[in-house]
Amino acid sequence: MEIAFYVAGTVALVATLMVITRHNPVHALLYLNVSLLAHAMLFYLLGASFAALLEIIIYAGAIMVLFIFVVMLLNLGKETAEQERKWLKPKVWMGPTVLAAVLFAEFLALVLSSGQDAYSPAVVSPRELAVALYREYLIGVELAAMLLMAAVVGAAHIGRHKKLVLHRFLREEKEKEEEKHEETVL
Amino acid sequence: MNEILKYTLMIVIILFTLTTIAAWLIWLERRMLALWQDRYGPNRAGPFGLFIVVADTIKLFFKEDWIPPFAEKAVFVFAPAIVAAAVLLSFVVVPFAPDILVADLDIGLLFFLAMSSLGVYSIVLGGWASNNKYSLLGALRGASQMISYEVFMGLSLMGVVMLSGSFRLTDIVMAQKDFWFVVTQPVAFVLFLTAGIAETHRLPFDIPEAESELVAGFHSEYSGMKFGMFFIGEYLGIILISAMVVTIFFGGWLGPVLPPVVWFTLKTFVFIIFFILLRASLPRPRYDQLMEYGWKIILPIALLNLLITGGITLLKN
Repeated sequence: MEIAFYVAGTVALVATLMVITRHNPVHALLYLNVSLLAHAMLFYLLGASFAALLEIIIYAGAIMVLFIFVVMLLNLGKETAEQERKWLKPKVWMGPTVLAAVLFAEFLALVLSSGQDAYSPAVVSPRELAVALYREYLIGVELAAMLLMAAVVGAAHIGRHKKLVLHRFLREEKEKEEEKHEETVL
Repeated sequence: MNEILKYTLMIVIILFTLTTIAAWLIWLERRMLALWQDRYGPNRAGPFGLFIVVADTIKLFFKEDWIPPFAEKAVFVFAPAIVAAAVLLSFVVVPFAPDILVADLDIGLLFFLAMSSLGVYSIVLGGWASNNKYSLLGALRGASQMISYEVFMGLSLMGVVMLSGSFRLTDIVMAQKDFWFVVTQPVAFVLFLTAGIAETHRLPFDIPEAESELVAGFHSEYSGMKFGMFFIGEYLGIILISAMVVTIFFGGWLGPVLPPVVWFTLKTFVFIIFFILLRASLPRPRYDQLMEYGWKIILPIALLNLLITGGITLLKN
């Protein structure tokens, strides 16, 4: 199983690198998807099977589909890919890479000094996860629910609009109906 | 070593049986549709016209496999494989009988939901890579339809999970020893079946390919075996949803006298034929009606069902 862990880790790293370097946004998103699937595999191998499947259902199966949905609608052609290529110059990515490399070196030093294996699975059943979530971390769950509620209310407000009847026959019928309605009210 | 051999053999047998059944379903569907429309249907090649499937398959293989020059080549080739792969992977957790199943995961139900959520990519990417207006419209419809109905599919199943106390499919089957979950969760059954039809985008919910408005929707540009993959994926999807309905709501392999596999197959075929009957009898709703129906009717009912089930479970304890 340890081999599978390192294979999945490598896939995740390579796929994420591809996400950053692709010029075509849809291709980049597809690599991001591969990276998410590899992450799910890592979670599963570390014993968090529930988290692994949630990663696939929510991130890979829903959120990424919406991302691709939007990018599809933008109708990005060859010009965008060309623009992306122009943006990806060494001058642009050198600075962040050096900083990230410093952080990575620190992280590596910490992991190596802790003397723990990178791969040390501890199986967590869905039941244990649920108990922890709804007992110890209940406040966090409630706060997240409130935040989501605000988002839902906002979306409902933006999405609300009067129904327009565009066809002329339908408009006449509707007006007639309204007249009738007014008569009955009177 | 023996264990590995046993599982490899089982995987090969299940894979072979499923793809064969999916292919013969084309014949079954055409014969049943004909029956309900007072026709004969395909009845020339072989006994009862059974060999029409062979003829169809040979035809698919020998058709020109054309990739349009304006298409996004890599994604165009890759897209049809996703749906077939995702559906076949879901069968990993389906318990055909107590000893005929590939993996008895403790999160089997979630695995099924995860794989069915990955099937969307086939439609989305296929439609986008075709670089064709009709295909793109089909892809957009498919994406929004499948994402919405996934939500209801998951929610409708949570009542069953509450009652059986497990995501493991064998546990869910064994929890139905006294009575099937369709008795205790009738609402969930109807919702799951509706969502299942929308997930497999079969009639009456075949809006992504609606041939009267979108040519053939997301697979307008596909030909040859690439189209065949979409086709076989759809039939595999029908088998999968039928098998899941049987496992979750109709006691799976449980039944008197006959061996478990026979019971499972019989029950599954009842639902497969129900899918075909739906195609023969129902018109296609408008796209906005479908979405409205999902979010304004099915979602509240599913949540209410969850609330009531939870309340009753709490009272009982």
